[in-house]
Amino acid sequence: MNELSPTSTEPKAQHWFTIGRLSDIPRRGARQVLLPRGPIAVFRTQTDEVYAIDDNCPHKGGPLSQGIVHDGAVTCPLHNWVIDLQTGDAMGADQGCVRTYEVRKDADGLVSVSLSGGSGKTE
Amino acid sequence: MTIRKKLVVIGNGMAPGRALERLLEKAPDAYEITIFNAEPRVNYDRIMLSPVLSGEKSYEDILIHDDAWYAEHGLTLKKGCKATSIDREKKQVTGADGSVVDYDKLLIATGSSPFIIPIPGKDLDGVLTYRDLDDVEAMLAAAKSGGSAVVIGGGLLGLEAAAGLTERGMDVTVLHLMPTLMERQLDTAAGYLLERAIEARGIKVRTAANTHEILGEERVEGVRLDDGTELPADIVVMAVGIRPNGDLARDAGLEVNRGIVVDDAMQTSDPDILAVGECVEHRGTAYGLVAPLYEMAAVVADRLQDGSATYTGSVTSTRLKVTGIDLFSAGDFAEGKDREEIVLRDATNGVYKRLVIQEDKLIGIVLYGDTKDGAWFFQLMREGASIEEMRETLIFGQNYAGGSPLDPTAAVAALPDDAEICGCNGVCKSKIVGAITEHGLTSLDEVRARTKASASCGSCTGLVEQLMAFTLGDGFVPDAVQPMCGCTDLSHDDVRRLIVAKELKSIPAVMQELEWRTSCGCAKCRPALNFYLVADWPGEYEDDYQSRYINERVHANIQKDGTYSVVPRMWGGMTSSQELRAIADVVDKFGIPSVKVTGGQRIDLLGVPKENLPAVWADLNAAGMVSGHAYAKGLRTVKTCVGTDWCRFGTQDSTGLGVKIEKMMWGSWTPHKVKMAVSGCPRNCAEATCKDIGVICVDSGYELHVGGAAGMHIKGTEVMCSVETEAEALEYCAAVVQLYREQGRYLERIYKWMDRVGLDAIREQVVEDEAKRTALFEKFLYSQRFAQKDPWAERVAGKDAHEFAPMNRIAMREAAE
Repeated sequence: MNELSPTSTEPKAQHWFTIGRLSDIPRRGARQVLLPRGPIAVFRTQTDEVYAIDDNCPHKGGPLSQGIVHDGAVTCPLHNWVIDLQTGDAMGADQGCVRTYEVRKDADGLVSVSLSGGSGKTE
Repeated sequence: MTIRKKLVVIGNGMAPGRALERLLEKAPDAYEITIFNAEPRVNYDRIMLSPVLSGEKSYEDILIHDDAWYAEHGLTLKKGCKATSIDREKKQVTGADGSVVDYDKLLIATGSSPFIIPIPGKDLDGVLTYRDLDDVEAMLAAAKSGGSAVVIGGGLLGLEAAAGLTERGMDVTVLHLMPTLMERQLDTAAGYLLERAIEARGIKVRTAANTHEILGEERVEGVRLDDGTELPADIVVMAVGIRPNGDLARDAGLEVNRGIVVDDAMQTSDPDILAVGECVEHRGTAYGLVAPLYEMAAVVADRLQDGSATYTGSVTSTRLKVTGIDLFSAGDFAEGKDREEIVLRDATNGVYKRLVIQEDKLIGIVLYGDTKDGAWFFQLMREGASIEEMRETLIFGQNYAGGSPLDPTAAVAALPDDAEICGCNGVCKSKIVGAITEHGLTSLDEVRARTKASASCGSCTGLVEQLMAFTLGDGFVPDAVQPMCGCTDLSHDDVRRLIVAKELKSIPAVMQELEWRTSCGCAKCRPALNFYLVADWPGEYEDDYQSRYINERVHANIQKDGTYSVVPRMWGGMTSSQELRAIADVVDKFGIPSVKVTGGQRIDLLGVPKENLPAVWADLNAAGMVSGHAYAKGLRTVKTCVGTDWCRFGTQDSTGLGVKIEKMMWGSWTPHKVKMAVSGCPRNCAEATCKDIGVICVDSGYELHVGGAAGMHIKGTEVMCSVETEAEALEYCAAVVQLYREQGRYLERIYKWMDRVGLDAIREQVVEDEAKRTALFEKFLYSQRFAQKDPWAERVAGKDAHEFAPMNRIAMREAAE
């Protein structure tokens, strides 16, 4: 229940929010980060890449954080749409996309997310 | 003669050794050189410690510079004398023996130290690291008397230490925190092959093992893991990583982060002080492999001659130095949208190769089993060469580079006539080709019938098909086998058969041995493989939780708004005032919005947020209720009527039998959900004739039904048989379910399985063949020993706690924009 402060103090610059450690997220799994405007899903792949996207499937709003993670994609638990974690685009025949956020990992395993950056495609 | 400048070197490892060598070659008289060497030895090849440990080499074999070399070049080597401080004002270094040496240029090469995990017992006698010759000597002394060793850390060093100690006759267990060995250098497929090879040398491997404490009074006696397991140990070797030694530099006021910060000229924040080796941090990276250290050393040597060479970082590669294990990795082999991978698996020869390509350039390499092209791939990667022209044949290595794509039948065409194709039935190539031409065979089934090739375990099916294609040309149309998913050409049945035939006991094992095309499967094959492995290897296979659908992962049913529904078990549909009161209390306490009676005779609590699930379960557990598995591809409910307890038409105790069946079957995993019912008479109030398995009680005993459905398809059951006693009814029901567990394809309901194999085949195995039935029943009961743990209670006790809490909350105004 932390009230976090941005790690950067430059006005207008990207604000990086430290959200936890890489080890907090299971491999081939995801965790939610709750925001006032709704949750985002933070994924960790088999090979330890971390991606953050809105936790909201473009199809019927399913919580993508609850899906099965395979390679660089997640399959939505509600109706099996497959979302590319890097671009936020629906894969295969489905059309739609989810907002993505920039994520960075530092050498100590801390994971930060930038809420101002990212694709903002849905806005 | 000009006055020579003074160079002081702190440290006498491989990096400063190489730097001095280079400097002396070019400018032998430029400096008067003094070396502080904390170890009482000359410069030796640390990379070769493993062969010394295993006995393949001796200390003398791994010397780089002997005493004579230092004398010949007029170097002053202060052996066993640690540098204790640097005075940058006076430009002096003080040694542990009190000596003070002036410098014009100083080179810091203090190396790194092994990282010691801060756990109880870390200071006991017999806790060793693996860093220098002293460590090796301590290990050799311990190994003389045999005994057990625990190596903490399944990385490069840890595995080499484990292999060496095994060679020396110790009983060795490797503990590794992560699920796969060497996870920083290898992907899971190669990690699996490595684990198998390591275990084949008699080394025990425990992955995902977190060391809790080292046990013992004065000497090490054992190790306790977080899960409570205790392992006996006469020595414990910590090989979990290294930390740059920056203390001396930090005390002297130089800039030190993780390591001593240097620029591209290898210069520290003081222009007269350079640093080299594992103690430095260059552009944010600290290196622990020899190749980059040598590259840095060359730059240092040049700069000491006022040259202008620069070091811009290294691309590193890894090779494991354990005899008989070929492993090479380099670069970045993570997946990504803009990346492609080329994977080659050869299960027979234990070969796995994976190349990662981005914008026509090779950026990552993992080779296992066949590493002869490692150097060539690595060169392509370092040069950033375009591989566009040779993409098709790249994975086959340098010999094929630029050649035309391989004809898929070329391999079988090249086989000699007496080459054995089918190992199970001993069928050679000429016999298959002969049968095809002589009898005009055109389908796989015909070839199987005529020659028996691929008719047993099926693993040579691909080869047989290639032989048919080679013999018949365009006249061969392979059977339309529905592959399991896009990751493989094998069908569900083939995969299941091979899992058993080849004793594959993990998902990476299946993917490697059955030559999966993707590195980590997809949302279709992973849950299926997880089920097959759970069903085929009870007690041995470790459930892969990330390969389960969300409902089975969190033991509740996800709803359209992302909340969950909770259904406690009500055995045979029976409940009590106490249970109902507890449910009512839970509903009030957690503000659960909907309460619904289900079709399976129990109560569904809908709209529970994920975070509340463990607390809801805790309260239900406290009232004696457990998970109803309403979310599982497993036994759901056993619906009953009141039978002879109350009903004036009841012929048997249908409620009692229902409860007994449910107590026997709960927790079992099946290809798809299983719903059951027991009706007390043919009026069938429990609707047993549209269930997966139904029992209808009659005066003379029990009629057993299978293969009903009342979902998208409506289908009445078929009668399998009648039995006389309750015990028989239980045994037959369990035997059918076990047969379904062994033969059903994942997500295939019982009625579909029955349509496919036929009711007669089921009857033959369950009803007519008593031995088979008994075996099925016993197998079912055996696997239930591992399956019947209340998943709710486990999670109330803290299992998978991360599932039920958000990672973080951000409440800032910025976040709300």
